[in-house]
Amino acid sequence: MARKQTSTKSKASSGGKPNGTTVADKTSGKSGLELSNVCKGYGDEWAREEVLIDLSLSILPGELTAVVGPSGCGKSALVNLIAGFELPDSGEILIDGSPVTGPGKDRLVVFQESALVPWQTAYQNVVFGPKLRRDMSPAQIKEEADKLFETVGLVEFKDKYPLQLSGGMQRRAELARAMINQPKLMIMDEPFRGLDAMSRELMQEFFLRLFEKNRRTNLFVTSEIEEAIFLADRLVVLSNKPAHVRKVIDIKLERPRDFHMLSSTQAYEYKREAMEILHEEALKGFKSTDSQSDFVEAFSTQND
Amino acid sequence: MSDQAISSVEAGKAGEVRAAPKGIMLAWYRFKKSLATPDPYLMVFGIFLWLGTYYLLTEGWKVPRFEKIPGPVEVITEFFSRDPIWGTSLFTEDFHTNVYVSCQRILISFGLATGLGVPLGLFMGWSRKFKDYAFPILETLRPIPILAWVPLAIVMFSGFETPIIFLATLASFFVTTLNTLLGVESIDESYFRAAGCLGSKKHHVFWHVVVPGAMPFVFTGLQISIGVAWFSLVAAEMISGDFGLGYMIMDSYMVNKYVSMVMAMISLGFVGWITSAMVRWAGNRMMQWRVKALALEGR
Repeated sequence: MARKQTSTKSKASSGGKPNGTTVADKTSGKSGLELSNVCKGYGDEWAREEVLIDLSLSILPGELTAVVGPSGCGKSALVNLIAGFELPDSGEILIDGSPVTGPGKDRLVVFQESALVPWQTAYQNVVFGPKLRRDMSPAQIKEEADKLFETVGLVEFKDKYPLQLSGGMQRRAELARAMINQPKLMIMDEPFRGLDAMSRELMQEFFLRLFEKNRRTNLFVTSEIEEAIFLADRLVVLSNKPAHVRKVIDIKLERPRDFHMLSSTQAYEYKREAMEILHEEALKGFKSTDSQSDFVEAFSTQND
Repeated sequence: MSDQAISSVEAGKAGEVRAAPKGIMLAWYRFKKSLATPDPYLMVFGIFLWLGTYYLLTEGWKVPRFEKIPGPVEVITEFFSRDPIWGTSLFTEDFHTNVYVSCQRILISFGLATGLGVPLGLFMGWSRKFKDYAFPILETLRPIPILAWVPLAIVMFSGFETPIIFLATLASFFVTTLNTLLGVESIDESYFRAAGCLGSKKHHVFWHVVVPGAMPFVFTGLQISIGVAWFSLVAAEMISGDFGLGYMIMDSYMVNKYVSMVMAMISLGFVGWITSAMVRWAGNRMMQWRVKALALEGR
């Protein structure tokens, strides 16, 4: 399986060689993304903080790749780089073989906090992109938008302003805004963070159905491991800051998925495997601050 | 019309679904509703408490230091008198001229300041380069008190009108510009990023993110700036003027017409209040999204 090969390659983060072959898509409208040896740091020379170091990763067309990592490990930096908001210090980010040089409608980001602009109604927000670019006829835009509002279940709410919608509705409207642009790659940056447990579960299920229907290449960044396992085809576990890929786990739960699968032994195995790495990495984070070494020691002995 | 409104309120109470009232009907509905809350009664009580204290201090007990101040009865009688003792009332032409002249000056100065300040602030917030050019000078000129500009304005401009308008414009221009700039800088980065993702060009970002995003701050700024415009207008009119409410205050003071002086002050209060309310109203009209969101929070 070609998929497995790539994952084993990027697993060996110490080697860090680029994959060379770009993942050409067989299915149109779905693209692969290739990161090789990406480094990114912030701050002045004398107070420099490396956030990503030698990060290599491939996102395969039509797959949902979930990225998990200890909090503050640079997941958002990764998103910013792939989206093109920032450029890497070194290394390469290729989408369908061409380098990322700035933000574009082929890679749409669904943000942590809702980024629907509050001064436009839900409908105006959704049609914002195509209307500006004029790459769809007005009739086409309207038809697509109406269809999407149907899909995300917000038909009655399309003339409301975002601040009048609940958190879950805002996320759904934002999904619609991303989808109308037919992106090659959807980047989700902890999209369900801040939702209450109930809406979160509903959104996960809703999103999963949507994904399983279209199979649009997706990068899903999250700090919730169960969410990642539930949604993903591949689970990428990042190290503590500076981040690199610790492990790529293929999630072979069958699709369509439902929540019961999370209690299977298989899912448990995935979770245990990922947790082990994350725990290790999180402890490193503690140690590097040094001041809490007593606490860390106590915590480790307790867990052994 | 009011009968209709009342009946529609009652229909609403009966739990029937009805169309939302509009315009005057809506105002009337709100007013009816507010009568059930303590707010309007407290307001009326507050006004009477204030007036009562004022009356007792000046005309009632004639407390020392207050006895020279014209009391409320005297001022109100004079205000509404068709044949005023001191020569100025609501019905005399010089009062009309003074109010009209001041309002006209405010309209011109505030209009100029807004027309110049808002675009300048928006451009400074939008373009780093432009801000680098313009900001240092603006920040140096801004702290100079408006009264310090008075001699220069008189030297620079001839006549009464231009220096006064210049001073009022200048003061409110700085406030508007700074608030607009802060407004642009307060816009959440994620909106810019989202716009970038969706393929916006720079001018799209300006019209669809920068302008609407800065609006709440702009209107807060405009409310302050119209107050500042009145402040500097009156100061300028007191120093060099031929007409206007500021001139009326100074002129009445010079000839010991204290009643007229207090009348001018009260008029300023009311006119200023009305202009602020107009700015607020315009802001609410332009930012329905904000009004609706605040309404959900019960504000």
